Parts: sequence; C-alpha cells; structure tokens
Amino acid sequence: MKKRSFTEKVVKAGLLLVIAGVVVWAFAAGSFQLMIDRPGDLIYLLLQHLQLVGLSALLAVAAAVPAGIIVTRERFRKLQWIATNFANLGQTIPSLAILALVMSYLGIGYQTAVFALWINSLLPILRNTIAGLENVSPSILDAGKGMGMSPGQIFWKLELPNASYAILAGIRTSIVINVGTATLAFLIGGGGLGDFIFTGISLYDTGIMLAGALPVMVLAVIIDFVLGKLERVVIPKGLQRNLETL
Amino acid sequence: MIVFDNATKIYESADKKVKAVDRINLHVEEGQICVFLGPSGCGKTTLLRMVNRLIPLSGGAIHVNGKSIESFDTIELRRSIGYVIQQIGLFPNMTIEQNICVVPKLLGWDRKKMQNRYDELMELMGLNPDEYRKRYPWELSGGQQQRIGVARALAADPPVMLMDEPFGALDPIMRERIQNEFLRIQQNVKKTILFVSHDIDEAIRLGDKIAIFKAGQLMQYGTPDEILSNPKDEFVEDFVGGDRALKRLTLLTVHDLFFKLKHPRKLNGDARHSGSPTIDMETNLRTALSVILSSPTGEAVVADSKNNHVGLLNLHDFEALADIHPFELKSSV
Ligand SMILES: Nc1ncnc2c1ncn2[C@@H]1O[C@H](COP(=O)(O)OP(=O)(O)O)[C@@H](O)[C@H]1O
Ligand SMILES: [Mg+2]
Repeated sequence: MKKRSFTEKVVKAGLLLVIAGVVVWAFAAGSFQLMIDRPGDLIYLLLQHLQLVGLSALLAVAAAVPAGIIVTRERFRKLQWIATNFANLGQTIPSLAILALVMSYLGIGYQTAVFALWINSLLPILRNTIAGLENVSPSILDAGKGMGMSPGQIFWKLELPNASYAILAGIRTSIVINVGTATLAFLIGGGGLGDFIFTGISLYDTGIMLAGALPVMVLAVIIDFVLGKLERVVIPKGLQRNLETL
Repeated sequence: MIVFDNATKIYESADKKVKAVDRINLHVEEGQICVFLGPSGCGKTTLLRMVNRLIPLSGGAIHVNGKSIESFDTIELRRSIGYVIQQIGLFPNMTIEQNICVVPKLLGWDRKKMQNRYDELMELMGLNPDEYRKRYPWELSGGQQQRIGVARALAADPPVMLMDEPFGALDPIMRERIQNEFLRIQQNVKKTILFVSHDIDEAIRLGDKIAIFKAGQLMQYGTPDEILSNPKDEFVEDFVGGDRALKRLTLLTVHDLFFKLKHPRKLNGDARHSGSPTIDMETNLRTALSVILSSPTGEAVVADSKNNHVGLLNLHDFEALADIHPFELKSSV
C-alpha cells in the first residue's frame, strides 16, 4: 500500500514536471501570445475537441457496457469471444488506419472522427466491464442466490456495484486516451485541437504546435482528475479502499 | 423437521454420471443440529444445497416442516432458510448493517423493524451494534466476518439453517471459541440446523446427530455417542479415529461419572489430598482424565457448583464408564 502511494507520488510529480516543462517551452515559443491574440480560435477548437471526445465516449459506454453485461450472462457466454475479438481488433488497428478505413466509407468530417474514436474506445471499456463482472467473487453470488435474491437483484445489488470499480476504470482510461487520439481528427476534417498541432508542424512553427499540444495535455489531466473524483462518488464506499487516484 | 426421502443427485457430464448423493433417507428433528460428516467429495455440500434448491433433485424428495420443497416458490423457499457458507460471502459493497438486513429488506420489513433486528442480532453475536453499523466487511477480522455471516442468516428468523463448513477457514483457537458461541446462540434460537463438516471433533462438539457419508451414501446416522461407542463398520470406525474412546469422554462430564460410582470416595480432610488438583462437575471427562494423569497424587478433588469439595476421583473410577449407557446420558454436549 505504502509503496504504491510512493510510486504514485513519483509519477504525479514527473507528470507535473513534464507539463511545467512544456509550459516553459510554449512560453518561449510564443504559444501564449498566440492564445491571447486569438482566444476565439482556441476556445472554438477546445470545445470541438471536447465534443469529439465526449460524444464518442458516450456512444462507446452505451455500446460496450451493455455488450459486456450481455456476454457475461450465463446464456450468452458463448458470445464472449466474438465480442472481445471484435473489440481487440478495434484496438490493434492503429488509430490512423482506423481513420483511413472509416474515411473511405463515411467520407471526411465530424461523424467520421466520432466513429473512429468510438471504435478506439470500445475495447478498454468492454474488456474492463467483462473482467469486472467475471471477477465478482462466486461466493458473493452464491450467498445472494442462497438467501433468495432474484437474478435481477443479484445483478443490480451485487454484480454491478462490485464491478463498478473496473468498469469505471475502463471508461476513464478510454476517455483519457481519446483526448490525445482526438488530435488526429483534424486530419480528416473533424476539427479539434489537432488543428493547431498539425498546422504548427506543417509550418515548422513550434509556437502554434504547442498552442494545441499544451491544452490537450492539460485537458487530459483535468478530465482524468474529474473522472477520478466521479469514481469516488459512484463506487460503493466499501470498495473504495483499493481506489487509487492519479 | 427436515426429511430426506430417497434424495438423489446425479451429475451428468458428457461421458459419465456421478452419483453425488445416493438415495439418502434421513429425519432431522426440529431444533436439532445435524452434522453432515465425511471426507471431501462425499456429497455433503451437494445434499445441503439441495435443501434450498440451489441444486435440483434428480430423484426422491425433501420435506421441510411437512411440505415438499418443490411445492414452494424457489425464491421464497430460500428466503425462509438461513444460509451460511465457508467463504462467508459478505457483500463488500454493503455496510455490516445492510449485510445483516439483506433478507429482511427482501421481505419488505420497515426500517425501524430492521434496525431493531440488527441491534438484537449484534448483541446476540457479542458485537457492539453501533460500532459496526456503518463499517464494511473488509474492516473486520475473519472471526468477526463469520459471526456477521451467521447473524445475516438468522436475520429473518428462519426455522431452518444450512451451514456449509462455516468455521472451516478459521484458525483452531478462533474456531473453538466461535463454536462455543454458536452453541450458546443455538440454545436461545433453537433452529433446525444442517451443518456440513469434515472435522470429527467439530461434529462431536456441535451435533445432536451426526450423519456420516461416503461416496454419496449415508453410512451411519446417530448421536455423537452412538457413533463413537458403536461405529457401524470399518469406514466409520476409521473416520472417527482410533482415539474414539477418548473423544467419547468429551461428551461426558465429571458429574456423569461421579454419580454413577457405586462407592464414590468422600473427602475426609486427609492431608494426603492436599496436593490434588480440583475439577468441577461440568468439566468434561477427557479433561478430567488428563488432570488426574498429571496429578501428583493420582487423584483429583471434585467440586460442585458452589465450590464445595464433594469427593475424589482417580483412574480406577473410570472403569465405571463401562456401565454408562449412551442413551442414559444427561449431559448436554
Ligand atoms: N457441478 C458439478 N458437476 C459435476 N460433479 C459435481 C458437481 N459438483 C460436485 N460434483 C461432484 O459431486 C461429488 C460431491 O461433491 P460435494 O457435494 O461438493 O462434496 P463435499 O461437499 O462432501 O466435499 C464430488 O465427487 C464432486 O466432484
Ligand atoms: Mg463441501
């Protein structure tokens, strides 16, 4: 326990150091001047970025959590390998390749970006949902059944609360990853903070590039923090002793 | 009362059939503890779980208080039967109070009634209700958790309890303490209890009756004393162990022996007895024997409940045990 919280502190400190470094770098490269000069652009792209991440995450949760629940039911257990393989596939194809593939069907633009991000987020959520539900101790379920809980009660009062930690961890991971991945949306006309980044790269202008990269980093950290707080609210108190915040 | 009537369970897999429970006939009296005893894999758990229909019967019938278990709605049947397992299975997402009140809540009791019941059960378990109310299972020791497990099973006051090696995971000292506590509780609540164990000492200590199983079949059914003094066959004899005569002594107290003696030796204030240790009437005979064997005088002074010294006991007196018939026993285990 103590050891882990020590590593946690080191990682946190390292992360803050990196961000501080980037801030200094961005300052030197004139990124802040750029942000102050054109605040509208930054806010517009930031909101677009958030929308991409938010919508794709919402859709991914809506698809992957129920899918994970279904394939862990006794009756549908046979479907489990299909679901995990499908989601694995989504994960192993590089994000850029997904973009390219999806683009050839959906064309370019916002929907394509959302769809690609959606595919990308399915696996962590699905995998964690399945693992979380499968790992609920059989003795808990046996006790519940033996005491006369109905299958519905067993699911809502035992399985779901006891899997909530894993499920939320999957959602959190996938959202945070997508904050970064969503920068690629710019490449297919989906907008977002990738606009600054890729413009900066193509113009060899570090200032513009960092005006995109720095907000992405900060956004990822903030979202991770907020979701961490949310976990504390949602996860039953009895299970929170193994909750670590980063 | 629980009646097993040719109860049978056959597990069928692709290539073979396993008769896990083979035509079991058994009567368990109301308010008694019946211990299912036998080596691992002999079908104890299966038979137990057939009672609340966690495992469906392949043949025969089981009656609880005169009604076939098949005539109940499964969910209702289970809510009316207490269920305790070795792994305890407390719900980690719920507080101790919520855990104990699971079945009352399922039955729709009102808050006040549940709270009172919680307080009452915690007192019964020797735990402070307020101290644990808002705590979570992981904050408790194994022994405390198992007490909560027992309290949870008692919550809705079911007439029948099923307990599958509930104390099996506890260390020996804690196990013995919780067994004694359990007996004390049982004297108050008088449930009909089916209790699975693979430990002969536990069976002797707790059981009003012991049912010994081997490969799905019932080998012998009787009181601990009947089984210890009169094992039916070699299997039972081996299972109860070569020291069964000594084990039997744990079922009897000094009181049982002392008043069977034709010429109990009175104390005459002789200085010779001054080095003798004292044993009281409620001491079990195995302990008494041990005390006498290590006594410098070869004797022990018997004291009654008011601590009056009423007589002496030595090794020879144990010969009188041959006359004590198991069925005349009045000592409670
Ligand atoms: N679900 C099952 N499917 C097939 N065989 C089983 C199953 N459960 C138990 N058995 C078999 O039934 C026998 C009795 O098991 P069990 O009742 O668990 O024994 P015990 O509780 O006495 O150790 C064992 O041979 C075991 O392998
Ligand atoms: Mg067993």
